[in-house]
Amino acid sequence: MGITFLVYGLEGSNERLIPFDVIPRVFSAPEWDLLSRGSIQRVRALNMFLDDLYHGAEIVKAGKIPADLVFNNAYYQIQMHGLDVPGGVYAHIAGIDLVRVDENEFYVLEDNLRSPSGVSYMLENRAIMMRLFPELFAGNAVAPVDHYPDELLRNLRAVAPHATGEPTVVLLTPGAYNSAYFEHAYLADSMGIELVEAADLFVRDGCVFMRTTEGPQRVDVIYRRIDDDFIDPLAFRPESMLGVPGLLSVYRSGGVTVANAMGTGVADDKSVYPYVPDIVRFYLGEEPILNNVPTYMLRDPEDLKYALDNLAELVVKEVHGSGGYGMLVGPASTKKEIEAYRARILDNPSGFIAQPTLSLSPCPTHVESGVAPRHVDLRPYVLSGENVSVVPGGLTRVALTEGSLVVNSSQGGGTKDTWVLQE
Amino acid sequence: MLGRVADQLYWMGRYSERTENMARILDVADRMTLTPQSDETRQSAWMSALEVAGALAGYEEIYGDINSGDVLHYLALDSENPSSIYSSIRTTRENARALRGSITTEMFESINATWLELRDLDSEILKSSARRPFFEWVKERAHLFRGVAKGTMLQDEAMSFMDIGLYTERADSTARLLDSKYHILLPPSEEIGGALDYYQWGALLRSLSAFRAYHKIYRDRISAVRVAELILLNAQMPRSLRFCYDRLAETLEDLCGAETLDCQRIAGSLHSWLQYRRIEEIFEYGLHEFLTEFIDGNAGVGVQLERDFMMVR
Repeated sequence: MGITFLVYGLEGSNERLIPFDVIPRVFSAPEWDLLSRGSIQRVRALNMFLDDLYHGAEIVKAGKIPADLVFNNAYYQIQMHGLDVPGGVYAHIAGIDLVRVDENEFYVLEDNLRSPSGVSYMLENRAIMMRLFPELFAGNAVAPVDHYPDELLRNLRAVAPHATGEPTVVLLTPGAYNSAYFEHAYLADSMGIELVEAADLFVRDGCVFMRTTEGPQRVDVIYRRIDDDFIDPLAFRPESMLGVPGLLSVYRSGGVTVANAMGTGVADDKSVYPYVPDIVRFYLGEEPILNNVPTYMLRDPEDLKYALDNLAELVVKEVHGSGGYGMLVGPASTKKEIEAYRARILDNPSGFIAQPTLSLSPCPTHVESGVAPRHVDLRPYVLSGENVSVVPGGLTRVALTEGSLVVNSSQGGGTKDTWVLQE
Repeated sequence: MLGRVADQLYWMGRYSERTENMARILDVADRMTLTPQSDETRQSAWMSALEVAGALAGYEEIYGDINSGDVLHYLALDSENPSSIYSSIRTTRENARALRGSITTEMFESINATWLELRDLDSEILKSSARRPFFEWVKERAHLFRGVAKGTMLQDEAMSFMDIGLYTERADSTARLLDSKYHILLPPSEEIGGALDYYQWGALLRSLSAFRAYHKIYRDRISAVRVAELILLNAQMPRSLRFCYDRLAETLEDLCGAETLDCQRIAGSLHSWLQYRRIEEIFEYGLHEFLTEFIDGNAGVGVQLERDFMMVR
């Protein structure tokens, strides 16, 4: 069986069908406790890291992370330097990608601190499951996730620049042709906030306004789903049609809050990733609850040598890559592919990291031949603002091809509902 | 409400109405060609369809000569012609998709189903035996969409902007249809002579769903003045200019509240002609002149509406 549900509409290549698997992925209460505490710990530390990077950079002075790695990073935003953001929160919404490699061992694959998407699948998948199998929910204590939009709005309101009155929150989308537009509309609708495009906003007298039928209305918090580079054509890309001219100057003077903040990309970059356990220790003085995948940084000559000698066993990723593109999965590649990739690595070793090929945990999945194991990962969504919290659930992605380890929907992955059982 | 959202609602209203009007225009042209007549007259029916649709220049650029097959294709299914039935449904649906937060699920599903069905159609549908049912289908889907909107949507600001789009578009279309026939309406004193004229008038009235209405109201043979009176000034006929402007004025008043905005002034001056003039006065003024001014003024209402509400400069 396997259900395919419509993301939105049918026409056009940007409207994609994402397969949905009816067998949920289940976590027990203790498992979830570990995962949620670990994710929250990580996001707290990463927000402190960002605050530090854009202020005194104590962690660099302490020699815990190389200066060039952060300051020469393409995602380090010089405009953010010295800027105080409300509550010191940079990544208001973070998606932590996790895989399970052993019974009690989870690895963090990557931290998504820019504009993580996919939360609408968490909500939609649950709605579908409840419609299809109401008796399962009656018989099991599955923790609800439906309050995610409320939680999100509460946190977004908490970071409004001025405390007086009801803050106006908007969701900024690139527009109806963006592949995640459905999610933008869905979230705006469930929060009861306006879904705006850049042309709906303008800057005047140090404030951001939206154009409404009753004239200009002041905007306090912008939950933006467009990239840093496109947010303000005056400050970043002049050719961007998606941005709001002057937005950055208002932001810098504290007239509006942008969530996530600009410049968060430096903390979820794959070249910074290996340092996250140290980042957790440095700011929180705690041992990391969740482990990193052991990672070889190919900018380091020793690691490079090891990686080149063992390419056939390793997974190699581009430092700035995302979405499962441009990576080498050694065990699944031909000699020719490996050699071609070797040439790319030698061209610019610091542009790559290497990791052992993980034995991702499989989860029962409905496929053509019946129920079979397929590899999965998990993205819980961590919200920061008023406090740091995570809704009990997340996006479980599943690699539908037998043996495949790539779960990205752009590479033929599907999704499952994620159940957290309450005790 | 966001100005852009209001604008999209307005255009969704306009395009959903345009879809229906285009089917009506093609239907009337098709009927006109069914009477015995010269090839030249037949061609002029298709020519006038293009004129009414405001698509003559665009057509001539691509096809040059006028022939029924090409005109039908251009106005019904051509995805490059922004006013074709195909494009209007696509635009309505695209607006609806962008507006999913502001309209009901039922509305989106209705227009989406129309679009999916339309995409599977090919030019077979324009063969002489299949066109009429196709035009009927288009009208029916447009009625359904409006009915779903009326039956499920909050009757609030959003509905008002959609209605304004709808009535502006309808008034425009009715005025153009009448204008394309103004030469046969003159001189006004004469009664329509001959079976062909009767058929032409009948087709015009039918295209506005007003054939029965005419007979019900006048209980007499068809005369040019009365046809014009019915189409321009009758307050009960849903496709008359008067009817459209009664609704438009009402809706604008709801939106503007105590204030009088400029779009209301433009609409009001057109409305007063339709409310208080006699048809004879309009003929004295010149029907074509009146219709030309009306079409321009009506377009002006839309432009001013965008300035007044949508912060478009």
